[in-house]
Amino acid sequence: MQTPNVEHNLLHHHELDRDAIHQSLATLYTGAIDFADIYLQSSMHESWVLEDGIIKSGSFHIEAGLGVRAIHGDKTGFAYADEISLSALNKAAAAARGISQAGQAKQLQVVQRAQAIERYTSINPLNLPEQAKIDLLRAIDEYARRQDPRVVEVIASVTGSYDEILVAATDGTFATDVRPLVRVNCTILVEQNGRRERGSAGGGARVEYNYFTETVGVNGAAKPRWQVFVDEAVRQALINLEARPAPAGTMPVVLGPGWPGVLLHEAVGHGLEGDFNRKGSSAYAGKIGEMVASELCTIVDDGTLAHRRGSLSVDDEGTPAGYNVLIEKGRLVGYMQDKMNARLMGVNPTGNGRRESFSCLPMPRMTNTYMLAGEHDPEEIIASVKRGIYAPNFAGGQVDITSGKFVFSASEAYLIEDGKITAPLKGATLIGNGPEAMRQVSMVGHDLQLDDGVGVCGKDGQSVPVGVGQPTLKLDAMTVGGTD
Amino acid sequence: MTPDIRELEIEMEEVEEAVAEALAYAQKLGNSAAECAISRSRGINVGTRLGEVETVEFNQDGALGITVYRGQQKGSASTTDLTPAAIRATVDKASSIAQFTSADPCTGLAPAELMATDIPDLDLCHPADQSAQFALEQALTCEQHALQLDPRIVNSDGAGYSSHVGFRVYGNSHGFLAGYMQSRHVLSCSLIAKQGDAMQRDYSYTIARHRDDLWTPEQVAEDAVAATVARLDARKIATAKVPVIFRADVANSLFSHLVNAISSGSLYRKSSFLLDQLGQQIMPSWLTIHEQPHIPRALASSPFDHEGLATTARDIIKDGVLETYLLTSYAARKLGMQPTGHAGGIHTWQVGHQVPDLKALCQQMGTGLLVTELMGQGVNIVNGDYSRGAAGFWVENGEIQYPVEEITIAGNLADMLRNIVAIAGDIDHRHGVLTGSVLLEEMRIAGV
Repeated sequence: MQTPNVEHNLLHHHELDRDAIHQSLATLYTGAIDFADIYLQSSMHESWVLEDGIIKSGSFHIEAGLGVRAIHGDKTGFAYADEISLSALNKAAAAARGISQAGQAKQLQVVQRAQAIERYTSINPLNLPEQAKIDLLRAIDEYARRQDPRVVEVIASVTGSYDEILVAATDGTFATDVRPLVRVNCTILVEQNGRRERGSAGGGARVEYNYFTETVGVNGAAKPRWQVFVDEAVRQALINLEARPAPAGTMPVVLGPGWPGVLLHEAVGHGLEGDFNRKGSSAYAGKIGEMVASELCTIVDDGTLAHRRGSLSVDDEGTPAGYNVLIEKGRLVGYMQDKMNARLMGVNPTGNGRRESFSCLPMPRMTNTYMLAGEHDPEEIIASVKRGIYAPNFAGGQVDITSGKFVFSASEAYLIEDGKITAPLKGATLIGNGPEAMRQVSMVGHDLQLDDGVGVCGKDGQSVPVGVGQPTLKLDAMTVGGTD
Repeated sequence: MTPDIRELEIEMEEVEEAVAEALAYAQKLGNSAAECAISRSRGINVGTRLGEVETVEFNQDGALGITVYRGQQKGSASTTDLTPAAIRATVDKASSIAQFTSADPCTGLAPAELMATDIPDLDLCHPADQSAQFALEQALTCEQHALQLDPRIVNSDGAGYSSHVGFRVYGNSHGFLAGYMQSRHVLSCSLIAKQGDAMQRDYSYTIARHRDDLWTPEQVAEDAVAATVARLDARKIATAKVPVIFRADVANSLFSHLVNAISSGSLYRKSSFLLDQLGQQIMPSWLTIHEQPHIPRALASSPFDHEGLATTARDIIKDGVLETYLLTSYAARKLGMQPTGHAGGIHTWQVGHQVPDLKALCQQMGTGLLVTELMGQGVNIVNGDYSRGAAGFWVENGEIQYPVEEITIAGNLADMLRNIVAIAGDIDHRHGVLTGSVLLEEMRIAGV
């Protein structure tokens, strides 16, 4: 396999070279401009969908372009073009430059290629023959329908993307990255006595599509990974058929391991992004060194995990991804930073400068955010609850970082009565206040799990892939938005 | 720095040619039918914070999407590169994909006889000054005004102004080829208030096709300050069942769930709590929702839909009865019905009301919860289950008592729609659904 030559693809192929980039940076880096960078990107995305037992649609998207940013203090000028060429580069640079008056030229840093560790392989998953993707979808459909006669509809999708990026900056940064990302998703509709319910599951990573056909061990059985997703979707749909209204009110809540880490993403993660803290708009602003969670909580943002959906070799500013401890034994120890906010706050960038594409400005964003394992046995945690709910699956969440209020919606939940899981419950929204909720964490399991690779995080209209994770954990009091 | 509308027209004509060429090329490749859309927009987006410039962003976006049909098989591809070579490569890719998808008896273009023939001018494009200087002036004026209105406003999340013009061209192999230009101007302001240790954030914004229809920067500032300060000292309330008002700016979300439930995919997948409800009473008998796609300058006006079908005025709900589904041609074939011109979404909905304003609606409610913010995605369209985070105000004897936060409201959408008690005339014009505040008989509140 030949490693793609990103410099060739993004520069030479468009009659550009390092000198042209250097020239452009030199014209930007004058007068009051503190920092400027140029970001080039070419990306492809494909999606195949099966529904009604047929391959219903296939689509392919391609885009390429460049973005130029010039920063003066906390002011940012930004322009982009959806083509890569010298004239587009010059035009965008001139527009971005307008943020401050031109002045004396400054000395550019010597270009240094970042020596980042590769967190995934430089492969293009889209190269797999189409027939193989279609065969996978058909296999999902057949297998899902075989699992239970109540399965009435299967919607399955296979999506993949391939990104090449190059970033060069006045601080000497010159970095490239090749980012594969694949995902399989499966939604099952079941029907019983006229009641219809849905279950959904899926996963993915920065790998090739054969990831989904690899054999994995589950409860002693060996099966291809895609079957594990289908089993899970069918299981959830069938449980929903039995679900009864969730209770309403404040009660103990036990969250399952893995994907319920959405809690941390919403209750803690967003509030610890550098921009909100520099501006003082986060409920966590100015609280470094303070206890902001129970001492059982150690929470990290880790972009270095191999092949993970939220992982990065380098971020979109060329900073190598990091393992950043955010909260250590309950104490707030760090924020997530991009270059601009790091500089303005007098700290180092943490590898969290991300952007959806060349046409968007980078911001501090999460990568894979999770809580480290504790000491309790998960069963012991459930046994400790007299009356409450156990929620092992969630649909998503949202946070108001200023007031700290956050919600996340359980898509699978059970009543806990006298230390035992009893009836399945209908989905319900849980609401809390970040710092308060984290102080309510009274037990942490030893079963840390990461999610299966489906997370998408939105901020200021920009979506980026992320990961979450946590062990089983118990919050002594949370508000549960049921109807009962 | 105001874009010249004549230049935009010429650019749109060029793009129409590009669409025609893409369609001709698709045909040359042996496809039996094809449809293609190109949209372009350009503009500026600026942000200020605490009286200083924060960002100046120059936007220029374009995209082409093409779907080709080989008999009953289809393939789609899209690109942001609009050069002739890239467009041909995109058509090639769509054609290649169509060889791998299955024959679907319901797939294809919308019926030729239903294509829009008359493309009304809906007055949707009003370019305005796109200079950084003008844009920054708007945002700075707004934010500076806001920051001196109330001492409890201690910080700002910034003000923003954006102005964009663009167009969308759609063509298909029935010979339909048309486009329309549109503009959009937005001014917004987001503030932070503090009392004790607790911070609250809220915002306001104004959006319009014509800059003259925007609120003044001072109005936006005053609205944002009032909203933010009003949230201070919020409390949780006890778990209970109480009447609930969705204030006008969040009431449109209720109707967006209705849109979802009576739209194509939810119906033919039998994934809607309103399945088989066409012609049935699903809302109170005094309630009527009228769709009017051709209101000049309206945000959700469009002369034709994403399949080239004429958009027409119609009742969605009449006397509480569901009068129509919202169908694409694909969904219509699946269901054995006629498409309704809703590919790409709804056009302006006018929701009837019978109470003059929010004050009167609060008086009608007496005691209950006035919801001004909703959080999270806890809405299940399959079964109608509804559970979302909320904030707002507690109302007693028709009067606001104190702000409320960190609670959830829950119920079932089918019941919620049926149990609408009254709607006020305080219509929020910033959405595709023009509705005032909505009073519901009862919802479950979870709090302390």
